[in-house]
Order: sequence, then structure tokens, then C-alpha cells
Amino acid sequence: MKTTTQEDVLAKEGMARRSFLKFAGAGAIAAGVVATASSCQKHDGVVSDPTAIDLGTGDLAVLNYAYALEQLEAAFYTQVISSPYANISTTERNYLTDIRDHEVAHREFFKAALAGNAIAALTPNFSKINFADRTSVLSYAKAFEDLGVAAYNGAGYLIKSADYLTLAGKIVSVEARHAALIRTLLGIAIEEDTIVSVSGDGLELSQTPQKVLDQANQFLSGKPLIAPNLM
Amino acid sequence: MNLLNIIEDIHAADPEFKDRISPRRAAIKNITSFGTKVAAAALPFAFSTLFKKAYGQTATRSVNDVLNFALTAEIAELGLYNTGLSRAGLIPSQDVPAITLLRNVETKHVEFLRRTLGSNVNSTNASLSFAANTPNFDYTGNKGLNTASTAPFPNVFTNYDVFLAVVNAFEDTGVRAYKGQAPFLLGNQVVLTAALNIHSVEARHAAFIRRLRTIRNTSLTIKPWITGDGATASGVASPTLAATAAATVYAGEAVTTQAGVNIASFVSTSAAQESFDEPLTTDQVLNILANFRR
Repeated sequence: MKTTTQEDVLAKEGMARRSFLKFAGAGAIAAGVVATASSCQKHDGVVSDPTAIDLGTGDLAVLNYAYALEQLEAAFYTQVISSPYANISTTERNYLTDIRDHEVAHREFFKAALAGNAIAALTPNFSKINFADRTSVLSYAKAFEDLGVAAYNGAGYLIKSADYLTLAGKIVSVEARHAALIRTLLGIAIEEDTIVSVSGDGLELSQTPQKVLDQANQFLSGKPLIAPNLM
Repeated sequence: MNLLNIIEDIHAADPEFKDRISPRRAAIKNITSFGTKVAAAALPFAFSTLFKKAYGQTATRSVNDVLNFALTAEIAELGLYNTGLSRAGLIPSQDVPAITLLRNVETKHVEFLRRTLGSNVNSTNASLSFAANTPNFDYTGNKGLNTASTAPFPNVFTNYDVFLAVVNAFEDTGVRAYKGQAPFLLGNQVVLTAALNIHSVEARHAAFIRRLRTIRNTSLTIKPWITGDGATASGVASPTLAATAAATVYAGEAVTTQAGVNIASFVSTSAAQESFDEPLTTDQVLNILANFRR
């Protein structure tokens, strides 16, 4: 049975969320009221969607989110190394091999840490990528690394365990190192406004799980990933 | 469940509770963001987070403590870039645009942290200068002493490779410092996210500088990522004073086990070390910075 939540009422009445908060007084109290209402809804359980892979709730959802992205990255670099682009230099092959190993380490770490709670192995679809072409490979490498950094940064505040937050921090800086190296191989500026707000506050532009998954799903065959509880 | 009653009940038992959860408290300044940005499905956690913030471990280190600590590190880093860029002939002309870009982004970080802290900038940070040749920092690593023989990096502003090695040390220290502070900001959508968004930028800078060093010196075996610890990680093997000073930045980076999982069972030992960057504690960072304070 679905319980009517404060959120539903607000939607029906067309009352702007902001004005509700003002109406309710202190922001902290208002957030608490909404939280209470929605916690009743939680008893309904997660509705499973047969057409998608739901990453679940809580820290397990964040860890599975990371596991999904690491699976994608590891599969990409595994293919890069097994079928290297034309005239790949020794330096580039060494760097890309290192990155493949790092992504495999991340993937296997999450798989081991999640154990029985892990989502299934995903089936990547890299048909858009021309693995024989250096520019294509490095451009997608840059896109995957930038997406990974934006994803970890954007999901950090959703993590409830300090240990998991530290682990995510240990991994995201390595992804950022990869992103920087790939940019030097492409011969482009180390930072630009689309990724880091150079002309703003100098901050990485983190992304919500929803936006990240929209992009990640373009590289997956089969059911798309969804994370309705990660917001 | 009536939340308002619960808050009244708790208030009866703990008269300071309302102050603990008041939006005036910096620790929960972002609570309005929870209201506007977090969907109802995730909101049960907003309430539990509220309690965590009122009574949790974050009380031992406030958001302002974390931001002031980050600001000190950023000011030290910015002073290094500003001084380097001011020395004619130190930075080769082809590298000036990239070093200037990194400096400009560090300037943004200092401005952002100062603006975020507002009147909560502590007295130490208020007194520090990041101008070229700042009187507050000794980038030779000699704590302002006049004994040249004890300086780890005496030629930091006359030898570009040494300058890059010191910049590298500061950037990697920055990455490790932000990482170590993250747990104090647990669940704080606004401040934690901002800190993470600086943390990854520091990592981008560190990787770029490490790559630049290997392009200049092809016998240097460091990589954009951190392999092991000591000289293997820092790329500074001699002289001894410099090697020792640089090595302190990488203490603990050689681990290969994460949350009980042996990463070296999946990949090589070096890849296991490289694939996870380690945090530094507040005290470890302060000790590193102390070597560069006058």
C-alpha cells in the first residue's frame, strides 16, 4: 500500500517546495518532517523494475554504482591493451597498461567487498569506439576518466560510512590522475571549464548519479542501470 | 511518528539539543540543501544525519576547522607557485602557460575557501601571505633558518627540476590532506562535495607535474600515480636531506590491502599500491607544512 507522502501532497497542490520550507519555518524542522513522511513510504519496499538493474539503497547502492563504473572502465582498457591502436608508443602502452591494472584492481576490490550484495557482471557495448584509432581511444579514455571523477565526487555526500567515504576518496584521486595523464597524451590543456571550473571557483564539476548513469548506459548492452534511491 | 514531539522530548533531556541542530551550527548549514535538493526517498537519512551531526565524531573537528586547515595548505601552495612564476628564467617559456594555469586554479581555491569561511577565517590564515616571496614560508624546507647546509631544497627557485619536485610534493600533500579530512565532513552535501571537488583537482595537478618531471628527465622512473613510498614515490633520491624531506610526503603509500581485501592478489604489487591513494592525518600534514614555515 502506498502511503501519501508530504511530497505527494505538495505535488498535488502545486506548492513550490521552497515556499513550503518557508511556510514550515526552520529548514531543519521542515527537512525532518519530510523525512518522517517518506520513511513511512520505505516500508513499501523497493519496487523492482524488470527492465532495468536497480543499484538499490544506502551505501550498498553507492558501492554498486562505483562497481558498475569500474567494470565499464576495466573492460574498456582491457580491450585497449588486447587490441592496441596503430603505432602505439612504448610509453603510451605502459601508461595504458598501468591504468588497465588500476581499473581491474578497483573492479575486483568492489566485487570482493560487496560479495553477495554485488550487482551482476555487466556487458559493455563499445561499438562507438574505434579501437584502431589513437584519437578515438584516448578521447573515450578521457571521457571515462572525467565521468568517473565527476561520479565519485557527486556521490560522496550520499555515503554514510566514514570508511567507505575514505575508500571512495582513495580511488577518485587515482581516476583524476588518469584523467590528467590522458590529457597530456592528447596534448590538450590540463584543465578546461567543461570539467573543472577554471574561470569559476577552480572546482571539479561533479555530477549526479542520474546524469552519470545516462552516460554510462550508452556503453552497456542489456538492461540499463538505474539508481532511483541515489539522490 | 511526530518529529516535533520527538525534538521537544529530546530538548527536555538535553537543553542544548535545539542549538545542536540549529542551522546556525556550521555542521548543518547545508540542511536547507537537503530540503531543496534531496528527494523524499533519500530523506530518512537526512534525519539520521542530523543526529550524527549533532552528536557524532564530527564534533571533534568542525567544518570551519577543516576549511581553515585546507586554506593553510592552499596558501602555502599558492605562495610556492607565485614565487616560482616571479623568478625570471626559472620556468622555461614553454611551461609558463601550464604553470600559470595551475597557479590560477590554486588562487581560485584560496578565494573560494576564504569566501566560504567568511568571518571564520582563523587568525593564522588571516596573517599568511601567498604573494611572491611571501615572508611566511621557506620553500627550501629549512624553516627559515639561515644555515644553508640544513636546507633540503636550497635551489628550489634556481633549479627548475627542484622547483617541480617541491611543487609535486605540495600537490601530493594536498591530495592526501583533503582525503584525510573527508570523514569530518561526512554527509555534508555542500561542504564535502566542494572539498571533494578540490581534492580531485589537486590530484590532476599532481599527476600533471609528475608527468612533466618525467618528460624533462627520462631517467626518472616516477609515474603520474604514486608507486610505493620513499624515493620510489617522490622521485627524489638525493641529496639525502631532500630525499628524506620528500619521503615524508609519501608515508603509508605502499600499502596493498584495502578494507581487508588483498589488492595484490588481483594485480602486481606496484599496481596495487598505485590504484589507491592514501590519506594523511591532520598532524602528518601539519608536520610536513611545518618544514616550510618560517
